[in-house]
Amino acid sequence: MRAESVAYTGQSLPRVEDAALLSGRGRFIDDLGVRPGTLEAAILRSPHAHADILSIDTSAALALPGVVAVVTGRDLAALTLPMVAGLKVNVENWPMAVERVRYVGEPVAIVVAQTRYLAEDALDAIAVDYAPKPALLDPVASIEPGAALLHDTSGGNLVSDRRFSYGDPEGAFAAAERVFEITVRYPRNTGAPMETFGIVADYDPHEGVYDILANFQGPFSIHTVLARTLKVPGNRLRMRMPPDSGGSFGVKQGVAPYAALIAVAARIAGRPVKWIEDRLEHLVGAVAATNRVTTLRAAVTAEGRITALDFDQIEDCGAYPRAPEPATLYRMHGNMTGAYDIANVAIRNRVALTNKAPTGLVRGFGGPQVYFALERLVQSIAVGLGRDPLDVIHRNLIPAGAFPYRTATGALYDSGDFPAAVETAAGAGRYAELAARRDKARAEGRRYGIGLAAVVEPSVSNMGYITAVLTPQERAKAGPKNGAQASATVSIDPTGTVSVTTASTPQGQGHRTVLAQVVADVFGLAPSDVRVICELDTGKDAWSIASGNYSSRFAAAVAGAAHMAATRLRDRLARVAAAQFQAQAGDISFADGKIVAVGGASAPFARISALSHWSPGVLPEGVEQTIRETAFWTPPELTAPDAADLVNSSLCHGFIFDMCGVEVDEVSGAVRIDRYVTMHDCGRVLHPGMVEGQIRGAFAQALGASFFEELAYAEDGAFLTGTFADYLLPTATEVPDLDILHLETPSPFTPLGAKGVGEGNCMSTPVCIANAVADALGVADITLPLTPARVAALVERPEPAPPEGAGATAKPAGRPGDRTLRGEGSAFVPAPREQVWATLLDADALASIIPGCHGVKKLSPTHFTADVTLGIGPVKGRYKADVMLSDLDAPNAATLSGNVSGALGTGGGAGRVTLTEAEGGTRVAYVYEAAVGGKVAAIGGRLLDGAAKAIIGQFFAALARRAAPDRAGLFARLLGMLTGGHK
Amino acid sequence: MKPAAFDFVRAETLEEALETLASHGGDARVIAGGQSLLPMLNMRLAKPAVLVDIMGLPALRAIRREGDAIVVPAGVRQAELLASAEIAAQPLLAAALPFLGHYQTRSRGTVCGSAAHADPSAEIPLCLVALGGEVRLRTRRKARRVKAADFFTGMMTTAKADDEMIEAVAFPVAQPGSAYAFKEYSRRHGDFAIVGCAARVASDAIDLAVCGVADTPERRSFPRLAGSALDDALNAFAWALDARDDLHASARLRRDLVRAMGRAVIEEAERCLA
Amino acid sequence: MPRLSATALHDVRFTLNGRPARVAAEPRLLATDALRHGLGLTGTHVGCEHGVCGACTILIDGVPARACLTLAVQFEGRDVRTVEGLAPSPDRLSVLQEAFRRHHALHCGFCTAGILMSVDAFLKTTPDPDEHLVREVVGGHLCRCTGYSAIVAAVLDAAAILRGDGSNV
Ligand code: FES
Ligand code: FES
Repeated sequence: MRAESVAYTGQSLPRVEDAALLSGRGRFIDDLGVRPGTLEAAILRSPHAHADILSIDTSAALALPGVVAVVTGRDLAALTLPMVAGLKVNVENWPMAVERVRYVGEPVAIVVAQTRYLAEDALDAIAVDYAPKPALLDPVASIEPGAALLHDTSGGNLVSDRRFSYGDPEGAFAAAERVFEITVRYPRNTGAPMETFGIVADYDPHEGVYDILANFQGPFSIHTVLARTLKVPGNRLRMRMPPDSGGSFGVKQGVAPYAALIAVAARIAGRPVKWIEDRLEHLVGAVAATNRVTTLRAAVTAEGRITALDFDQIEDCGAYPRAPEPATLYRMHGNMTGAYDIANVAIRNRVALTNKAPTGLVRGFGGPQVYFALERLVQSIAVGLGRDPLDVIHRNLIPAGAFPYRTATGALYDSGDFPAAVETAAGAGRYAELAARRDKARAEGRRYGIGLAAVVEPSVSNMGYITAVLTPQERAKAGPKNGAQASATVSIDPTGTVSVTTASTPQGQGHRTVLAQVVADVFGLAPSDVRVICELDTGKDAWSIASGNYSSRFAAAVAGAAHMAATRLRDRLARVAAAQFQAQAGDISFADGKIVAVGGASAPFARISALSHWSPGVLPEGVEQTIRETAFWTPPELTAPDAADLVNSSLCHGFIFDMCGVEVDEVSGAVRIDRYVTMHDCGRVLHPGMVEGQIRGAFAQALGASFFEELAYAEDGAFLTGTFADYLLPTATEVPDLDILHLETPSPFTPLGAKGVGEGNCMSTPVCIANAVADALGVADITLPLTPARVAALVERPEPAPPEGAGATAKPAGRPGDRTLRGEGSAFVPAPREQVWATLLDADALASIIPGCHGVKKLSPTHFTADVTLGIGPVKGRYKADVMLSDLDAPNAATLSGNVSGALGTGGGAGRVTLTEAEGGTRVAYVYEAAVGGKVAAIGGRLLDGAAKAIIGQFFAALARRAAPDRAGLFARLLGMLTGGHK
Repeated sequence: MKPAAFDFVRAETLEEALETLASHGGDARVIAGGQSLLPMLNMRLAKPAVLVDIMGLPALRAIRREGDAIVVPAGVRQAELLASAEIAAQPLLAAALPFLGHYQTRSRGTVCGSAAHADPSAEIPLCLVALGGEVRLRTRRKARRVKAADFFTGMMTTAKADDEMIEAVAFPVAQPGSAYAFKEYSRRHGDFAIVGCAARVASDAIDLAVCGVADTPERRSFPRLAGSALDDALNAFAWALDARDDLHASARLRRDLVRAMGRAVIEEAERCLA
Repeated sequence: MPRLSATALHDVRFTLNGRPARVAAEPRLLATDALRHGLGLTGTHVGCEHGVCGACTILIDGVPARACLTLAVQFEGRDVRTVEGLAPSPDRLSVLQEAFRRHHALHCGFCTAGILMSVDAFLKTTPDPDEHLVREVVGGHLCRCTGYSAIVAAVLDAAAILRGDGSNV
């Protein structure tokens, strides 16, 4: 057979996807329309980080117009099983809270109604009684012995603790000339695709089938998890994907638990149910990348050669170990040594549960966390040894001739030439120019730094790597797991034209274009002759557990499977043509839409390709139909983790070397990226335009991780970044230009020589920038995101003192995450102290002066509940309040404490009020502490201080009015005093 | 994220709008550009019973010059002010408005809407306070004018009563012999300012106004200081604003920015004056 | 005085992509929902419903507006344009749309409609913008896929073609 002509693969063709998307004809899940009678769901979510659910009263919600059903955790538990986790732990992993909530944003109830508007109306009418418990936010604290338990049955919040040793790390550390150590805390962030989750689910009670349309991205190993949860056999769970998906970056793996919820809601409602997640829901509860605390040590020679690494990683998976977690911790296991040749490695991996949202796949998946520690350490080694970081990198790189290269931890690196890639990037005067720019800037007194990062980007995950969380004995019992089945189907219809389907779930990567290119080349057709459909349907398509679009597997695996299927069909067509032309199959070639024999005989492609339909009798002996071919492909290199815990976690290993220069303004904390160079070896490039797009997209996302993005929680577990005004994504004005360089060493392990490329900069860029900022400021301890305040605080500069007598003081800097509102003040009340005291102590009087208070229920003389309407500006809400007076010291002092809860969130606080006699009345002084949680904290963070101040101000104004009701104009005067006297 | 239900009044006269406000008090809200109100409705942070749409009132749509003031009625969008001929009379506005949100929100958001929202970091309140502008309020029965410094009473709270609406805001035009400058620092372009500074410098006086730090924009007036005397004045101002930590910046950073940007903006105005 | 009651549907009449249109809306119905689900124009996307992402950007009376911050009843009597109205005919693309395709300025395409609408309005008033200005206008949108460079290049290229300076592809 003639080698195929490669006319299209490797070219930046215009994408077939684009015309529809550009003209508003995309078909995203919410664009598809639904069956008549489909209902819409809205989800009530927990305002508490940790609380027992005492009761849920849905009666008022059910009575509202248009409401069809309200589903609670108990209803869910009656129809489903908990979801299995990626590790063995005695934790009930429900997708909706049953009896207890464990993170802010956890689903508590689902309302199903005629419209989303009506469903949201009903959310406000559900009354949930919670008993809050202390929240555990810090993974290090949560795994300490004696810490309160998130799950009573788990035996601890430490749900996995594994140690690994490869080579002889102890020996290497004992013999080391120098040892360097670094501890880093990598923050929580997320992929934040522009399209949120969407699901339309239906249940057929007669066949017992769930039909779920969802913008899920795979891996379809989750299909088995869902089928088990929904208590149906695999063939009774049909999952379908819409043609278009608005980005995922890993995150839409997290659709799965919601698919279970909406499926059950549809079953209970007896009608199809649709749910489109909103942005607040997405940020609070969709999927977060893990935050991780890593202590990394290196044994190093005096020249900077690293002889051993010792990782201690504590992974925070949030409140539930949700499958496939703790995969983030193990995805990089084979390549923990990165781009370096290091023979001795020790690893301790611990998984902690905390009162935060569960974690899952996010672009980079484990890479950012590992490389932040490793590449920060490499820079500290250079600083510590007084060497150029580039020199330390060079000294440790895996040498060029070493491929395929087996790492200490078990990965088999397929191909590469790391030294050449680094030299190319740093060469042509690029590194020298950065150094010159730094010298010049520093000579002018500016803060300029250079950062470097060398990383290995794994792609095409081994489905077995996650079993490394089990001990070899546990693995032996469970049976080996390995491989990465990719599948594609190529078919020829009776008019002889070619169609392709694959078990991939593109979210904008242009799969249809690339598949058309690859398959067109096989058949000698134009890409426009090939029609590609990517709308995976587990009821009809060829798929397996590795199906989906993640771990950058498309170019390396899926496109290769399509190539295989097409090649098999073509080889059969060649034999059919040979019979027609009286020629040898080896003399047949495919080009320009024709099938040609060496002797000159030829026919249009369709004439031969359609024969299987119209005249199967003419097919030569032994040649099967040419109608449809499905190829499954799994690479033999992806073996199961072995008894020594060697793990080949991924098939392909690309290489990235990044280099940047930044200038830091030490007053404002602004960081300007002056130059950024990124060198990639992603094997063979199938579509240069798309590869560039992936690199630029990942770079922008990495800038977000570097400077802007953190899913932030307060110490009490309140979630603080619930809107796009608080969780900041970079825009066009924040993303600088980028120099992209390439070196191509094709992968010998993939059909087309391609490797993944879409995640690399999420791994390399945050640490490259951190290294540059560290270099600019001469500091060692860098935490992301590098917000202006954080950067400015890295520079020790004494602050000018407040002017004498101004009374202003620097408040002690709050602990990070401490969002407690504190305040103090005093007011003069023109009434005798006894009278003020009496007012305070009389629950009715007190209730009457609490702003917006009504419906008082007195539980004791000093304890009452009430409904209050609180608000600031237009933000008004009704809350239930519980108010108590304690520590009475008549008539001098009392502690006033209260809790409120309502649809907008929760609040609690306490204040000590002291009364002293003053000229003509009483001086009322107060200090308070308050904390706010739930929706209002997540979306109105910057309002809260002002709100607390205003409400407390109103309270004391009312107290004064009440205690001395007969003084005209008092209210206004007091308000003036309050504002003035308030600190 | 869908709003709770409300009635919608398309006011055809100012009286109708004011009548609706008078009869519903705090349960009615004026909607003009909707850029601040709609997010609150969508998140159900606000649940008014009635919205009063005033964009159909032609009288509220025209910017006018009244003596030494640029009067911007409630129906004027931010982009319209930015594109107007009148803005040439007040360089501070011309410098500050491009920082207000984005191209896509300025085209809808109104100038008075931003004043009514009273975000402590917002540019319009800053300009009003910096220039000593005024807010013109009206109820069914009476009209009144409030000085900007008295109008903004706290974070997102103003002196406007529930039955009042902002009919217009008035920005004094540039005073002869004065120069103006504006700077702001935010996390991303178009975000609310961490700190914003507006300065007016004349031969014998400096006015400096700062937003993003205290609950409301604050203004101080100094004589023409320079060198360490100016540093001391800026330092005193920075401390007096009682900065707080929040998600986006620390109190210390805010004070540092007041000192550094305050000086930079004054120096820029001084250069313009020279 | 027209007072539209919260619980009733009201007939809203306006011009949509050059043609008369009407939709039945409760006062609280968002323009995004009216366009997408009431009128079937699903090209306008919803990414945040709080006015930040820009995916829902449309033109009202020729200027950009976040449809998620607009009530359907505010369409009354207005001239509304959406991405469906950009192309000169159903089987062709506009100069701007073509430039986006040439420059690979979209991946998933979820953000694209909003950006096209903003830029379409912007280039009408600013035919010869510099890169800085284009970045500021595109800066009113979030795109999570592209990293923006290709979008900026496409806008500058389209502007040049529209000015008659020829393509710099
Ligand atoms: S959906 Fe309207 S701006 Fe995001
Ligand atoms: S192309 Fe996906 S968000 Fe812009």
